[in-house]
Amino acid sequence: MSELTASATHAPRLRVPSRARSALGDSATMAGRCLRIARRNLDVALTSLALPVMLMLLFVYLFGGAIQTGTRYVTYVVPGVLLLCAGFGASMTAVSVTTDMTGGIIDRFRSMDVAGASVLAGHVAASVVRNLASTVLVFGVAFLIGFRPSAGPLDWLAAAGVLLLFILAISWLAAAVGLLARSPEAAGGFSFLVMFLPYPSSAFVPIDTMPTWIHGFAANQPVTPVIETLRGLLLGLPVGTSPVRAVAWCLGILVASVAVSGVLFRLRTA
Amino acid sequence: MQEALAIEATGLEKSYGTLRVLDGVDLEVPRGSVLALLGPNGAGKTTAVRILTTLARADAGRARVAGFDVVADRRQVRRHISLTGQYAALDELQTGEENLRMMGRLAGLPGPAARRRAAELLARFDLTEAGLRPVKTWSGGMRRRLDLAAGLVGDPAVLFLDEPTTGLDLRSRQAVWQVVTGLAGSGVTVFLTTQYLEEADQLADRIAVLDGGRVVADGTPAELKEQVAGQRLDLELADAAAFDQVARRLDGRVVRSDPGRLTIGVATDGSAAQVRALLDEVDPARRAVDRFAVQRATLDDVFLALTGHPADRPDHEHEKEPAGV
Repeated sequence: MSELTASATHAPRLRVPSRARSALGDSATMAGRCLRIARRNLDVALTSLALPVMLMLLFVYLFGGAIQTGTRYVTYVVPGVLLLCAGFGASMTAVSVTTDMTGGIIDRFRSMDVAGASVLAGHVAASVVRNLASTVLVFGVAFLIGFRPSAGPLDWLAAAGVLLLFILAISWLAAAVGLLARSPEAAGGFSFLVMFLPYPSSAFVPIDTMPTWIHGFAANQPVTPVIETLRGLLLGLPVGTSPVRAVAWCLGILVASVAVSGVLFRLRTA
Repeated sequence: MQEALAIEATGLEKSYGTLRVLDGVDLEVPRGSVLALLGPNGAGKTTAVRILTTLARADAGRARVAGFDVVADRRQVRRHISLTGQYAALDELQTGEENLRMMGRLAGLPGPAARRRAAELLARFDLTEAGLRPVKTWSGGMRRRLDLAAGLVGDPAVLFLDEPTTGLDLRSRQAVWQVVTGLAGSGVTVFLTTQYLEEADQLADRIAVLDGGRVVADGTPAELKEQVAGQRLDLELADAAAFDQVARRLDGRVVRSDPGRLTIGVATDGSAAQVRALLDEVDPARRAVDRFAVQRATLDDVFLALTGHPADRPDHEHEKEPAGV
């Protein structure tokens, strides 16, 4: 004890790394954590990979014969399946954010000076990586069953960019929902919304085959311009104003979700 | 000596809505010592910990931890402390080693150093063998040890342990005690909360008793025990009727009562004269008391004397305080 009283009376003033630098490193550590956990969560991992593939097979082989879209149905439906898949993947992010917030671990992270932004960014980054993996899988299966896009390299690049932006936006939205929900079960409800949203859009059937009262919603909801943009780019069709509307929707959702998440995180941890 | 304090809090107040959780709490913890904040469920222990670890902000009062203000110098405080809360802060689907490595990275260690630190801590807590299995396969006691280990990756100067043994079996509890005793010997300051008097008695250099949001007593375990009569007379009674009769006669003076075992404890100075007088008073017919024993007062007696209610409630539920705003 005597050497203690003899030593410095204060703890040393440690060099606090800049907010931005430690936030970046912490986000990477958190993303690695989320991916490792997602990989081990076998039933969830399997569902998230198997479900989109099953849905695509279902639409193409069971419904596809009855749906007239003017092209081969598999070619028509791929963008819709991609979005469905992205929504489902993102909804798992909502659950894992809520699990973190309601368990003891968030207090430890905060007491270690890990910024809330890093915790959330880690979840979102992991969500994006998971979704890209399932996207590749969906494309792979689609090619196997006859998906033949006619897109040039630039079209592919643009389509990938729009899809990435959509995944990013919906993942941040999921993070915000995860902060809002009081239990992981409640956060799971988000999957209902995102799984449902692509149906009243041009994802699976042309909008003009739907009852007229739903046209307004179906044509103007955020999923439709994203679908139209992806489909147009992949099939080399004219896209009109869809890309602009798609990017505007995604950026809007992204900015709003990040802002709301910041506020919610502060409220939840006050 | 002001500078020798690892934790110094004055006048901490905190309310959640209309519920006043802390009502002017003062605490002083010298560097390298162990303080036990002792109190029943809902006394405000967790809230005090959350304020001192910068997770919550006091409505009034000031606190310095490791020499830094918990509000103004929050980030410096966070770099010098660690918090092991009531609920395990571990990922079930990560292995023990991965959990520790992640905490090491978050504490600012480079990859290889985090790996070394994880291996070192696993060995120190006797978890090397289990280290490569997912935590979900571990027992409660092992998880608690890992949780404590995770609190040490960043070499904290001040360690906060919020009810470190609540819900553990006796063996795991003793393992945690050993860890805390070892830490205290290494110069780390430990601030622990507990609702177990025995635990505070075993581990702490000083005990602060928190009740209803106030520190109602503060001192070494020995000092606290001296605050009540030094001894306790335990009476073992013949049957339930005798128990009721004696309980009625002693009424307010009972410091311990166990109807199941038909025993009643009453404060005494331990002198033969007083013990004899007490026995005559409660049992004039000399049939009710079978046996008696004179014991040194325990912290339980202290707690009852200080707060007017026993420390151990029959329900051992976790301290629940409203989270959020």
